[in-house]
Amino acid sequence: MQASARIPERRVDIGDEATLTLEAYADTIVPGEKRGSGDRAIAGAGTGGGAVAAGALDLLRWDATGISEGLEDLAGLVNDHARAYAAGEGLEPDDTVPPFVALGYEDRVTLIQRLTTPGHPEKDFWVLLSLFCNMAFDSAAHLNTAQAIEDGHPGLSAMGITAPDADGLWRFSDFGYGRKLAELHPDTTATGSPA
Amino acid sequence: MSNAIEKTDVLVIGSGFGGAITAYHLAAGGAKVTVLERGPWLNSSDFEHDYKLGSSYTRAFDFVVGDGMSVLGGNCVGGGSVVYFAAMPRAPRFVFDRKGSIGRRMWPSALSRDTLDPWYDRIEESLSVTKQEWSDVSYAGGLWAAACHHAGRTANPLAVAIDNSKCANCNFMMAGCRFEAKQSLTVNYLPAAIAHGAEIRPLHEVQHLSRTAEGDYRVHYNVVDDQDYRLHHDSGVIQAKIVVMAAGAAATPVILQRSETHLGTMPHAVGRYFSGNGERLNTAVLDEDKIAEILGLTRGEGALPYGANAIGRGPTVASWDKLDGSLPEYSRYSLEQLYFPPGLGTILAQVPDATGPTWFGREKKEILRNWKSWLTIFSMTEDDNEGVFGPPPATGNAMRISQQMLGRGNLSYRPTRNTWHGWNQSDAEVKEILEKDGLAKVMPWTNDLVGAYTVHPLASCRMGDDPHTSALDDTNELRGHSGVFVTDASAVPGALTVNPAMTIAAVAERAVPHIVAAARLRGVAVNYGAPAPTGHKSGRNAVLPLLRRGVRQPAGV
Repeated sequence: MQASARIPERRVDIGDEATLTLEAYADTIVPGEKRGSGDRAIAGAGTGGGAVAAGALDLLRWDATGISEGLEDLAGLVNDHARAYAAGEGLEPDDTVPPFVALGYEDRVTLIQRLTTPGHPEKDFWVLLSLFCNMAFDSAAHLNTAQAIEDGHPGLSAMGITAPDADGLWRFSDFGYGRKLAELHPDTTATGSPA
Repeated sequence: MSNAIEKTDVLVIGSGFGGAITAYHLAAGGAKVTVLERGPWLNSSDFEHDYKLGSSYTRAFDFVVGDGMSVLGGNCVGGGSVVYFAAMPRAPRFVFDRKGSIGRRMWPSALSRDTLDPWYDRIEESLSVTKQEWSDVSYAGGLWAAACHHAGRTANPLAVAIDNSKCANCNFMMAGCRFEAKQSLTVNYLPAAIAHGAEIRPLHEVQHLSRTAEGDYRVHYNVVDDQDYRLHHDSGVIQAKIVVMAAGAAATPVILQRSETHLGTMPHAVGRYFSGNGERLNTAVLDEDKIAEILGLTRGEGALPYGANAIGRGPTVASWDKLDGSLPEYSRYSLEQLYFPPGLGTILAQVPDATGPTWFGREKKEILRNWKSWLTIFSMTEDDNEGVFGPPPATGNAMRISQQMLGRGNLSYRPTRNTWHGWNQSDAEVKEILEKDGLAKVMPWTNDLVGAYTVHPLASCRMGDDPHTSALDDTNELRGHSGVFVTDASAVPGALTVNPAMTIAAVAERAVPHIVAAARLRGVAVNYGAPAPTGHKSGRNAVLPLLRRGVRQPAGV
């Protein structure tokens, strides 16, 4: 009954425009610091690495997620929304980058809030995209966890997740305060259940 | 005869509590038992400490997003018992008298805490459920207990099905217990069932049932890829005299809905009255200085007074002050410390006092930096059984999105005012306890992204005395479809205000003599009376006289 070896990981290639757009989206979910002065996708709204540095694009492009084939469409769709948003807000057009990337951080936030509000017809897509962006940061779902910690993954490091034992398993011999800290409910049965 | 249909006496769908318990007893009693499980068969050495997609963490789980409710459930041999946190309280007495939304007792009159207690005893013996001491409690549980005490509440270490001598407090038990400390069914009922000749087939996802002219059932399944669950490789049919449905409360009703065109009209309650066990989560971000100053808790030189979100074994302490039968329905609940691992729910935790978005963005990242100082409190309230399943998807119980785990299902759940009343009351109490004297800042999880969230789906094919509001009679048999029994969480009539595994298991144990009786009527040579899988006999010896006295005495006892 031994589990078989894992199937090879397949990543979907996407174009530069989709990459920039989805990086900007991921960076809105978990903001990080710019990779350089010319970095437009990352808004620079956070300190340390955010979802992009955590590997959001690597996770999104992996076919295990189920959204990899739709990434170009999602990028196109969010850019359409960004174009409409910019027009509605009277923002200065900037054709040098995709429309979502052209938005400032606060405008990106406002747009994502609108797209994920209950009742929005596309809400499921944007929640799914947001979920995977977040997972790249909070659980490094595209990487072996122990290896990611050893490599200084920005999300796992920021959350203070410690390294496992040498065999890759976590054990905490020091696990509790070891003393009584409250009175028991008076109606507790002998076996420890509510009466 | 190469085209002959394969036959068995009892076909069990699902290998969680409802499936493993019935499979064991029926096999031990002499029946030919075949178990079809849609998930993979993972051994202890397959249980990884790894959040990567494709690890046991995603292989063993299903997360089905619905409309207003998302359900997390097991998806492997052993079902929910492999991924559960092994908290095993009995349901409080008042639960069995709940009326819920129907204005009459939801549970069958034959079932009460008193009549279920002997069956709870059997589970306690079989899974070595033990009362915990304060020395067994994790930092998170201890902190919750201390905060409850500080706020004038009581708190109890939880009875659990865990061998503490083997437990490493790794908090990876949701990915399967690598150390075999947790009493999953893969270390008791299932090996015992196999020893008695039961056959378990993993990666067999049942799609629908049909019936032969002679009155037997045919169970139609697809064979699922062992890693990419979106792929199906084969299909087949097995014929059985008795079918035990235990695919879980998010799947059993879907199989029955899909079977309606073959079997005829289903009871109205199939796929209705779903309950999320009234579940609700709150995340507290603790002020570590106050933990030491006000609660007097420390972990020694150089360590934070708490800072131990990652350490432990799921829930270890609960506050039961509101499990009071004199309170009105929808205002009774337990508040339990819980560990929630990264990846599955972190995105739903909201920022207290946010000026911007609550679940993403700058401020969310800031509270993630304090993740080790998070304390998650799990409220189990009384909901209104308002979940309804829509038309079944093409296969299984969801349109699978990801290779594993994530899918979109057709469950719709619109919380009523009663349900919100329970959630709001419990939210307010968690806040009152944990924000007292500035210990923490607390926010409930958002329902805006994936709806409400349950790890304990119940009642979607429930027992009862009223044929209009229950799908099963008090023997767990499906109304109008003799020979089909439902023994999983979908049979439990409503929210329990505590972790439900103990009650689901006890109801399944109680159903077995009735299934034996039905099988004998169909000519299967089977008896009831096996001891616990461990060989212990006290529980068995206690129920046998009850069965002899019972009105609906099963043959062969």
